[in-house]
Amino acid sequence: MEGLTLSDAEQKYYSDLFSYCDIESTKKVVVNGRVLELFRAAQLPNDVVLQIMELCGATRLGYFGRSQFYIALKLVAVAQSGFPLRVESINTVKDLPLPRFVASKNEQESRHAASYSSDSENQGSYSGVIPPPPGRGQVKKGSVTHDTVQPRTSADAQEPASPVVSPQQSPPTSPHTWRKHSRHPSGGNSERPLAGSGPFWFPFGEAQSGSSAGDAVWSGHSPPPPQENWVSFADTPPTSTLLTMHPASVQDQTTVRTVASATTAIEIRRQSSSYDDPWKITDEQRQYYVNQFKTIQPDLNGFIPGSAAKEFFTKSKLPILELSHIWELSDFDKDGALTLDEFCAAFHLVVARKNGYDLPEKLPESLMPKLIDLEDSADVGDQPGEVGYSGSPAEAPPSKSPSMPSLNQWPELNQSSEDTAIVHPVPIRMTPSKIHMQEMELKRTGSDHTNPTSPLLVKPSDLSEENKINSSVKFASGNTVADGYSSSDSFTSDPEQIGSNVTRQRSHSGTSPDNTAPPPPPPRPQPSHSRSSSLDMNRTFTVTTGQQQAGVVAHPPAVPPRPQPSQAPGPAVHRPVDADGLMTHTSTSPQQIPEQPNFADFSQFEVFAASNVNEEQDDEAEKHPEVLPVEKASDPAGSLRVAKTDSKTEEKTAASAPANVSKGTTPLAPPPKPVRRRLKSEDELRPEVDEHTQKTGVLAAVLASQPSIPRSIGKDKKAIQASIRRNKETNTVLARLNSELQQQLKDVLEERISLEVQLEQLRPFSHL
Amino acid sequence: MAVCVAVIAKENYPLYIRSTPTENELKFHYMVHTSLDVVDEKISAMGKALVDQRELYLGLLYPTEDYKVYGYVTNSKVKFVMVVDSSNTALRDNEIRSMFRKLHNSYTDVMCNPFYNPGDRIQSRFVCLGRAFDNMVTSMMIPVC
Repeated sequence: MEGLTLSDAEQKYYSDLFSYCDIESTKKVVVNGRVLELFRAAQLPNDVVLQIMELCGATRLGYFGRSQFYIALKLVAVAQSGFPLRVESINTVKDLPLPRFVASKNEQESRHAASYSSDSENQGSYSGVIPPPPGRGQVKKGSVTHDTVQPRTSADAQEPASPVVSPQQSPPTSPHTWRKHSRHPSGGNSERPLAGSGPFWFPFGEAQSGSSAGDAVWSGHSPPPPQENWVSFADTPPTSTLLTMHPASVQDQTTVRTVASATTAIEIRRQSSSYDDPWKITDEQRQYYVNQFKTIQPDLNGFIPGSAAKEFFTKSKLPILELSHIWELSDFDKDGALTLDEFCAAFHLVVARKNGYDLPEKLPESLMPKLIDLEDSADVGDQPGEVGYSGSPAEAPPSKSPSMPSLNQWPELNQSSEDTAIVHPVPIRMTPSKIHMQEMELKRTGSDHTNPTSPLLVKPSDLSEENKINSSVKFASGNTVADGYSSSDSFTSDPEQIGSNVTRQRSHSGTSPDNTAPPPPPPRPQPSHSRSSSLDMNRTFTVTTGQQQAGVVAHPPAVPPRPQPSQAPGPAVHRPVDADGLMTHTSTSPQQIPEQPNFADFSQFEVFAASNVNEEQDDEAEKHPEVLPVEKASDPAGSLRVAKTDSKTEEKTAASAPANVSKGTTPLAPPPKPVRRRLKSEDELRPEVDEHTQKTGVLAAVLASQPSIPRSIGKDKKAIQASIRRNKETNTVLARLNSELQQQLKDVLEERISLEVQLEQLRPFSHL
Repeated sequence: MAVCVAVIAKENYPLYIRSTPTENELKFHYMVHTSLDVVDEKISAMGKALVDQRELYLGLLYPTEDYKVYGYVTNSKVKFVMVVDSSNTALRDNEIRSMFRKLHNSYTDVMCNPFYNPGDRIQSRFVCLGRAFDNMVTSMMIPVC
């Protein structure tokens, strides 16, 4: 195709349309469906459409590249104007109006059409730089029209070159559309929002025109130099726009279509583009923030302490009050430190504030720390990973509509991401102890309650890391006990990942006979549990894959709570086990069993299962005696019985009882946690130790047993299925156990309340 | 349900005090001020033993004919004082405790903000520091207003 000369208006319009059609964000090829839709909306007869497609070369190529698309659009304009369709006509026809598309489908296009048409009365200067569409060489760049545009920009007292900073360097500026909206309250006019939408369709990789235009218009706003001062420490002036293309939100526009007239000049519309989320962080902005984060904290998964963050943001010369407000918004878990996401959100807000935007009352959704992995698509990335926040900033009417649709999209996204039958995130109030546990694991100590409306959140970076660990290890974090915890999205997505990994890995394990990577059951939504288990599993798993099982045993600290060392060693030694080295090791390790809920060493239970089954005929053990001798070491059910028998025997040992209790009540908590809980549980549950012990012992054992599943050799499909069955049985048992424990908990609470009432009655008298 | 909520610093100067606007606020300020003596007496009495064992919740400090005053002390000797209408008999001790707990949580959130200097007033005039704290206190007081 020969070169296509486009006016700047057309340039913008076409690139917007291109990105509208480019739903896959490839920036190279548009989806044919969308394109066809677009052409149908152009209200041209079908043969004309076909002719256009042929002319632009799409039929030849089979897809719509950017150049094809542009040519096609031009041809549509030609056809709509009544000119004969010829290849030459795309360049020869002068003053071609922009192609019109029926508004019913593509409202934004009509919007654009209107915007590009009627902007002569709009103020604002046009920045001199028209970014070339990415990658397409055939379409001539706006450089053709650059000259015509240049004189306009010079009028605006903005150095034309300055705002145009290389994308890598500058963090994009704040959404000037938003600000403009505030400056022009008359934006009720339909044309204004239309006008405003124009520039924002630029794919952000090269949205320099928007930025420069934005700077141009902010006459009243602090000019770049002071910004540069601040950013100079950060390297670049934050100039480019914050807005990004948001194809998904395109549909939200409801402005009426107006006919596009011949455009003379393009002006950047500052009007609030109601379909765009002004708070969205672009990729280059994000990259910039990440780099800044690294200067303070090299570990991207780590935290920036409050003092460091304070210094950093103080350099921005914003008033302390505003900085503290920004902090309040961005420190999501209220722990006094910033993770990467929180830092990006804070930085973004600072940039926005510096560019004159008012701070929202609540954190916008797009700035919320994401719990799901950041590798998600743009759509998903928009969604907040949490429940319960309606993120639309109070002072940003333009952002309301984008945030609303994004909010609406979120629930469905949520459901799609959690396909598993396990749990959907439910916001719960975190008790201090649980929060403490979580926080301790994640960060340094000393966090308080999380926001009551927020779900059980984990630092996204940590979370994603652990998700990766989880999926790589394919371990079910064996917490099958639903103790009221609900997981975040990330956790529920684990089962999916793990499931998929499991299927993959099964084939793997088939090949390597000694691979002890069995398909674990999907992880339970127990954040702390999964975390701790995943870490352990990771160690275990990596060791396992590397060496034989013998290595595995040595690696993790010895196992779980109960088992009776006295009973174990003898019969244990004789117990045949799948992992050959395991048994010998396990026979020695029982003595060292720490209170730590390390799930790695399941073989322990198998040993005990074998040994104790013979010795003690527990009622429940009797139920599945056949299971134990038959099944391999990885039999969790067997270990369940074992644990139960163990718990019975150890009723005598009160020391371990609290440990069990603690394990049960706080399953799989990291070491500090069990210590604390143990004290507490000792106080509270001493009278009920016996009953609790058994149950919690079973519980912990079962919980601990889950990770050992990987231990067993899953090479046999049958074995795998058998283990699945066992796990299901375990699940049911644990569910029953859970309900019983809940009941006990209720009883205890009632007692406590009654005691408090008594105390209260006595207390007033002591005071007076 | 509270009629007046006050946060007093360790040195016994107020960090935050808020009353329902209907009543003469000065009266509440005075009540809070007098309650400080009672608070001090309680913590000195209990504080001889290990500080850890000292209960944060002080309970009813003193009742007047119209109001009851409750106290709460944090480990850093920051005191929360809450004045409750006596006619509101439905308020159990547990509820007061939970209200203090919420207060404490909000206060720690404010503390966590590195831009807050301990010892400053908890301002919520601006869109900033203390806004959440103020909102929380409002939620506690609204039913009465």
